[in-house]
This record gives sequence, structure tokens and C-alpha cells, in this order.
Amino acid sequence: MALRQDTICALATGQPPAAIATLRISGPSTSQIIEKRLSIKSLTPRRATLVDLRDAAGALIDSGLAIYMPGPNSYTGEDTLELSLHGGRMITELALQSIMAAGARLADPGEFTRRAFEAGKMDLTRAEAVADLIDAESEAQLGQALKQMDGALEDLYSRWRGQLTDCLALLEASIDFPDEEDAPDRVDGPVSDRLEALVADLNHALAEGNITERIRDGFKIAILGKPNAGKSTLLNQLSKRDAAIVTDIPGTTRDIVEVRLVMGGYLVWLSDTAGLRETTDRVEAEGVRRAEKAAAESDLRIWLYDARDSFDVAQVKPGDLIVANKSDLVARLDVSRETMVISAKDGEGVAQVEQAIVSRLKGMTQGLTAPMITRARHRQGIERARQHLDRAREHMAQGAGAEFTAEEVRLASRELGTLTGHVDPEMVLGAVFSSFCIGK
Amino acid sequence: MSTALDFDVIVVGGGHAGCEAASAAARMGARTALITHKIETIGEMSCNPAIGGLGKGHLVREIDALDGLMARVADQAGIQFRMLNRSKGPAVWGPRAQIDRKLYREAMQKEILNHDNLDVIADGVEDVLVKNGIVAGVIGESGSTYKSDAVVITTGTFLKGIIHRGAERIPAGRVGEKPAIGLAERLYALDLPIGRLKTGTPARLNGNTIDWDRLEMQPADDVPIPFSFANSQIHVPQIACGITYTNPEAHAIIAENINQSAVYSGAIAGRGPRYCPSIEDKIHRFADKTRHQIFLEPEGLEDDTVYPNGISTSLPRDVQDAFVRKIEGLENVEILEYGYAIEYDYVDPRALDFGLQVKVLPGLFLAGQINGTTGYEEAGAQGLVAGLNAVRFTRGEDNATFDRGEAYIGVLIDDLITRGVTEPYRMFTSRAEYRLSLRSDNADQRLTPRGIELGLVGPGRAEMFHVKHSELETGRTLMQTATLTPNEAQKRGWKVNQDGQRRSAWDYLAYPTISMTDIESAFPEIAALSGSIKAQLEIEAMYAGYIERQKEDVAALRREEALKLPADLDYAAVGGLTNEVRAKLEQIQPATLGQAGRIEGMTPGALTALLAFVRRRPDRKRVAND
Repeated sequence: MALRQDTICALATGQPPAAIATLRISGPSTSQIIEKRLSIKSLTPRRATLVDLRDAAGALIDSGLAIYMPGPNSYTGEDTLELSLHGGRMITELALQSIMAAGARLADPGEFTRRAFEAGKMDLTRAEAVADLIDAESEAQLGQALKQMDGALEDLYSRWRGQLTDCLALLEASIDFPDEEDAPDRVDGPVSDRLEALVADLNHALAEGNITERIRDGFKIAILGKPNAGKSTLLNQLSKRDAAIVTDIPGTTRDIVEVRLVMGGYLVWLSDTAGLRETTDRVEAEGVRRAEKAAAESDLRIWLYDARDSFDVAQVKPGDLIVANKSDLVARLDVSRETMVISAKDGEGVAQVEQAIVSRLKGMTQGLTAPMITRARHRQGIERARQHLDRAREHMAQGAGAEFTAEEVRLASRELGTLTGHVDPEMVLGAVFSSFCIGK
Repeated sequence: MSTALDFDVIVVGGGHAGCEAASAAARMGARTALITHKIETIGEMSCNPAIGGLGKGHLVREIDALDGLMARVADQAGIQFRMLNRSKGPAVWGPRAQIDRKLYREAMQKEILNHDNLDVIADGVEDVLVKNGIVAGVIGESGSTYKSDAVVITTGTFLKGIIHRGAERIPAGRVGEKPAIGLAERLYALDLPIGRLKTGTPARLNGNTIDWDRLEMQPADDVPIPFSFANSQIHVPQIACGITYTNPEAHAIIAENINQSAVYSGAIAGRGPRYCPSIEDKIHRFADKTRHQIFLEPEGLEDDTVYPNGISTSLPRDVQDAFVRKIEGLENVEILEYGYAIEYDYVDPRALDFGLQVKVLPGLFLAGQINGTTGYEEAGAQGLVAGLNAVRFTRGEDNATFDRGEAYIGVLIDDLITRGVTEPYRMFTSRAEYRLSLRSDNADQRLTPRGIELGLVGPGRAEMFHVKHSELETGRTLMQTATLTPNEAQKRGWKVNQDGQRRSAWDYLAYPTISMTDIESAFPEIAALSGSIKAQLEIEAMYAGYIERQKEDVAALRREEALKLPADLDYAAVGGLTNEVRAKLEQIQPATLGQAGRIEGMTPGALTALLAFVRRRPDRKRVAND
């Protein structure tokens, strides 16, 4: 005999103590729990009702507001109860115990959303957006998650797949209806034009995707420079904590020290790196190698040098920041206009560096036009789709049979389909029959 | 006469599904009876006199690979063989032939009437005998009782068939044949889901009244390629078909009279096929087109009847005369039989299992047009599957199924029983996900071993297969062991990477610029292989990369197919299913998770829920059994 899916419960709000704590219950036993623990036969759906929550022995735990949402018109698609109580540690603990004893179990992380997905309440991209929404720490992250929640990605993928379906319709019409006057025998022209445009779209989205993925996962910023330029001090200043060890001994920082912080609404990973110099010390040499790797992988590089030394601009890439440190130790400075002058030790000029970073990040994120590809899963899916389309175009260029091109287009469509749902052959046939008069 | 006759399997109907069903059952050694109204109409081609085409040709080759009849019979009757899509790769070549209807009928009747283990009985079937909820035979119009353990019904469009032509309404299966009333009532009484479809046919023309000299002609291929793997050449004389076009004058007549068309007057409720619209539909839906192509297809070498492919219609007779005579070459044509639309009931095939057995009545199998399909090839393929599984049912064995990864037959059956039909179902190559692997050239390699194992394939065919199979193996080994360095290849004028990597003949053949002829010139031992083996190897090399990928996809498919969903699964107990999805699952009762995934409207979320539920279930079952 099969059993019904069980009922889950969890604290939906943050860790107590808090003013209010909301417990969420979802599953087939919800109404039974209401009857047992709230001593109410039934609650009016979607209306806040003042209730008493009791334990198994009938003792009062707390009074609060209950909202009952019967399935399928609820977030999970199941019968759901939201119970808002006073947010004390003891109250929430007892409340959860009481509810579990009445026939629920503690939900796994993300289980409510998973149930919503399983009930067809949202597609994968939206389910992912819910997770992002909850995890959002920066404004930029939040804005992105909200758009995705709204279906922007789903719409984009559907549009791309619609374009692929059109291409397939042309290809399949030429394959399956070779004797039809109306079905095009040579479809290379229109198909190759469409594929070219679509590949350009995918590439554009991939390029912007690097940025949107950064918004979600954090921008990587590396502080680079010679030993004892004051990189660790700057990191500590920017992050407002003592994350890196600071001494006056050159080469103190051996490994990468990474700090996660929010700057001007963006999540960033700020790294302090080993000072760049020729060294025979094997540990330090490894540190230098890692620093160079971090520099290459960073979205933004801050070159820091001792104002008493000269600075070699050869290593600077466009967009990098150049900062002269230890302004307190020199009387007069002769630097280029882009160079900022600070004293990391005193905190002089650190605010300007922070402003410069934020303005660089704003520059990177401004004017994004494609919806946001926020996850590696999406980028990989789109990259694979693009590879299939590249091969499809190669086949066309070499004059291979339409079945080769069609196969690659189908595989590309399937890659995009895995991001949201399925590929349906009937979709292609539908497009064929609505475009061509078939009927020998 | 009221004698009791005893069989293992009874097949009702002598059309294309019935013939393959009866032959398949008989080949497996079952005592089989084919019961049909008229023995003279066994193997009749009621509509377009052609076999094969895209996707359909694949089905014919697959029926042949399982030692069925259609390909061998068509090879004796084909009067215009053409390999469609020659400009594309062999995976999408479609073997097709115009058929001499009389030759086909005669050849099919010869097969059926001389078949071991097969009795042919001329009788109508009034009812199906049911004992203890299981099929026990049929009752004939003659009053005879025919006992059997399984019955295959292949009665085509006989369920409430109505012919429409203008305002005319004739209850019938086909022109001149009466509908099967008693049997229909039995099927309706089973309370199966029933739908309504329509299809049409054009007027038949007198070929002597066509001005052929003015028409473009389409000849047969210079060297006709037979359907059957057992035949190496075609002996039937080959003819050409004519091509003409409708024109604005003809369109105007049709448009003026469109309200008299049975379809447009609202008399027909059934849905017609999108790929075979009536001329009324074409003019209505594609109003900007000034002409539509018509193929003038002779129905036989000694038959003056011509089938004008492309202008099926349900307009009244006088309108048909009028518009047809506006067409070039047909100005003085005589219509022998007027076109019509036929509307009929079909059984929603989602009521059937993978063996085409009616889920609510064990022992009853349905095949062919009654399941909502169109086409001789689709009918024949279903007949074979139903005949095969009817025998297995009588032996207490599980259904033998073909999956989407091994055969177009598998695609056909899976589509029907999983997705149902909304128009008469026809096969297309685009329905087959693994099209580059499921080719018409390798149908024998894919299916004959299964056929041997299932008992469908006779010793002659099996011997032929083994010989070819071992020749192919030898050829593949040669192709892999014969090697050249890039330097040697370059000396032969082949453009290859000079990377010092020694490559096999197989690798070189995969280059688009290197042909089998190049390979033969480099390797005499390969040149010595037989022509058909070399052709096969060349095709394999051409698709090698894709075939490897599809193998992985098929393996993934089979992993999903291996997750069986029990027939008694309580979908109400699976959390997270919407009512719509649950209703579909309950109706279709998918046999596997893979099949569930192909149900229309199924969401990835619902599948995840189903998977999670089934994964949990065996533990519970064990507990319940303890």
C-alpha cells in the first residue's frame, strides 16, 4: 500500500528571539493538525484568525494569528497553514514540538520550494530565483532574483527555443516532405540567417552573464603590489576589520587572504595577495604564483605601491585602479591623474578608493540588456547550446545533409530545454503544418 | 451452419494491419484464423496506391526485418520505385513506390492463403465472446462460433463510418462496403474512450482521358531499390507519374462552392490530418498560393484509373467535375469515382498497452486505423505488434515491446498509447529522436535478431541475416585494422592533419572529403568486400560520431524505461501532482517512468515527485509483504 506524502513544518522567519515568529506547515495532515492543536474544526481559507495553540496535553503554548491556504491554491500546492506567534525561543520550540507530535516532520532546507516545483507551481528558473531571493545580501542580487522570479529567464529561454523550433520546422519540412512543392527543398539561406542571429544573441547573453553571475556570486577584487606596499592594511581598512596580518616585514602575506563584504550594494570578494617579487623562498614563490593567478581571475585589480617608490604601469590593464600608499611618509608626490593617493595606515583616502571601486562596478553592470544568467548551470547550458549551433552552421557551410544540421539544432534546443522543461517533437510538427501547405 | 472452430488467435479484418497480424501470429506457430467479409479484398489498397515514403518507408523496412509481408509484397507490385531525399543523407532516405493495386492484392492474397498455421475464413464478425472477463473468441454473421484465446480487431474505419460528398451521406467503411454494426456495438459497450476523425480521398480519373503529352513527367529511379532485405532487384516494369497544378480558375470554383463542401458546411465533426488537407482546406488556409501541385499516379500497369494525389475533396459531384476540368491536362478528363471525405470513430489508443491490448479486456487487441492512425505502413506495423503480443498473451508471456531507441515501430506504439492522437496519426522521421541511428538501411541489423529471438523470423531470413551480419563484422574489422600514416594519406591527395597519427580506414572515411572509393583505392582488401557491405559501412562511418552520442542517449532512455511504474500505482497518493496531471496518469497508466515523461502536459516537477515516490515505494512494499 502506498502512503501519502508526509506533512512538513518549519520556522519560516529568522532565529528567535524576535517580535514575531511564523511557522509554516504544508501537507495532507495540515487540517488534522489544525483540529488537534488549534481546537478548531476548520479555518476560513485565506483569512487571518486569532487562535490558541496547545500542546498534546492541551496546555496553552501561545495565542497567535493563523492563515489557512488549502491546496492547490497555495505556495506548495498543498494544504498550508501559516501560524504567527510571539517570537520567543521557548514558544517556537514548544510550538514546533507540538505540531510535529500531531503528524508533521521538520522540513529539509528548501523543501517548501521543492514541493512548489513538484506541483508545477514554478519552473526551475523560478525555483532557483526563490533561493536567490532568500539568500540575497546586496541590492543588486535582490533586483536580479526578483526579475528571474518574474520569469525573465524562462521567457528568454522560451523565446530562444521558439526560434530554434522555427529553424527545425524549416529543416524538418525539407526532410519529411521532399515531394511537396510548397515545402522548401533548400532551406540553408533562412536557417543559416536565423542561426547566425541566435548565436549572436547567445554570445551576448554569455558575455553579460559573466557580470550577472558576479552580481549573484560576488565580484572578485584583488589588491596587488610589491611586498610591504601596504596591501594588507588597505584590505583591513576597506573591510573594517583585522582580516590580514600586518607587520613591517616585507613578504608577510604568503597566501591569499579573502574577505567577503558588501560595497555600494554589490557583494564583493576582496583579496589580499602576496607581494610580487622575485624570491627564492619556496613558500613565498608559491604565494606570488597564487597572487598572479588571482590577478588574472579578478574582475577588478587594485595596484598599490609605496609612494616613495616608482610604479611600473606596464602591468596595468584598462579599468584597473592605481593607488599610491603611505602619503604620510612623503612631502610631495608627483603622480599621474588617475592615481589615487592614500595613507592606508591612517585611513586617509580609503573612502575614495571605496568610491572608485563602486563606480567601477556600476560601470560594469550598467546597460545590461540580456536577462541575467546567474548560475553556472545556465551558462554551461547556453554554452553547450551555442556549441551545437556552431556545429550546425559548420554542417551547413560544408553542404552536409539537412539531417546533420537538424540534429545539432535539436541538441541545442534540448540543452535550453533542460534549463526549463522539455523538448516536444509535436511542437516542431505544429510549426511545419502552420507554415507550409503540405498535402501531396 | 453452427460449428465450433478452435484457434489460438483470431484476426478480424483482411487489410494491412490484419494481414501482418495474422502472418505474425502464424509465423510464431500459433493456430491462427483471419476472418474477413470478402477474401477477394484481402490486401486491398483503399486509398493512395503507394507504399513507403519518409518515416513510412522505415516502417516497411522494419516490418521486413521482422519477416513480415508488406515489403516483399510491395516489391512484387511496385511500378515506380523512388528513393526520396537522395540529396540528403541516408538516415533520411525514404524508400517509396507507386503500387499496382491488382498486383499487390494478388501477391498479398497468395501469401495469406498459402500461409502455414493460418486459416482464412469468409465471414462477418458480429460479436466478441467474453468468458470470465477474458476474450474467448468471436461469433460470425453466419452464426458460427470461433473460439480463441486472443482476438485482434483490425476493422479500419468501420466504426460509425460516414461518407460525405456535398450533401450526400452514405454510412459505410469504404465505397461499396457495409459498416460492421454488431462488432461496433460490442466495442462501444466496453466503454472505451472514443474519438472521431476524418480523412478524404480525391476523385479517380480515367487515364485515357488525360492529356499526358502536355504534362511534366516524373520517372522512376534508374535502378529501383527494393523494400525487402531479401530482394536484390525489382522485376516489375517501371512507369512515370504525371505532375500538374491547380490554378486560379480552379481555385475560384472551389471557393465559390466551399459552403457545399461537407467539411465546410459543418457536417463533419471529426478532425482531419494536417499533412493531407483537402483541396478546400488548402485554398482556404493558404489563400495566397496561386497553385497546388498534383501528382497523377496510375493505379496499375493494366489499369487506366489514375489517382490525382493532392486534391482530396468532399465537394459535390458537379463541382468536382467543374474544377478538375480547369486543370492543365485534365480539360477533358472523365471522373470514374468521385472524391469524398469519410468520418469515423476511433478508439483512443491510450486505452491500450504496449502490446496494443485493450487494458480493460484481456485478450482483445486493436490494430490499424481503428486506433486513430492513417496509412498502410502504420497499420501493418501495428498489426505485427498486435499479432506478436496476442500470441504471447495466449502463452502467458509479457508483452514484447520495441522502444524508441531501437525502432520506428517503437516510436509509433509509444506515441499512440502515451500521447493519443488528435488527427489521423502518420509517421514522420522527425518523430524519431534517434533518427540518425534508426535508418532504413540498418533495420535488419537493428531488429532481425529480436525477431529471431521472438520467433517471428523464419529460418531462411535468419540464415540470410547471419551471413550479412558476419560479412559486416569482417568489414568493420578490416576498416579498423587497415591503417595509413598522415604522410601516406597525403601522398594519395587526402587532406588530413599532418600530426604523425596513424589512422584507420574507418577514421579516414569519417572525413567528409574522403569517400569509399578513395578508401578502396588505398586498401585492396576493403575493395574486395561486396558492394552492399561497403555501402553499409560507408553510412556507418558517416554518422559514427552521432551514433555514439545517440547510444548514450538511448542508454539514458533505457534507464528511465527500467523504472517500472506498477499498474496499481495509486496516483492520488503521490504528493504534488496537479489534478490534470494525475487524471492523465490514471488514464494512461504509464508502464515506466520514461513513458510517464512523454505524456502530454507532464511537468519536470511532477516527474521528480513521481520518481521520488517510486524510489521510496519498494521499501514500503517489502514491509507490507512481511
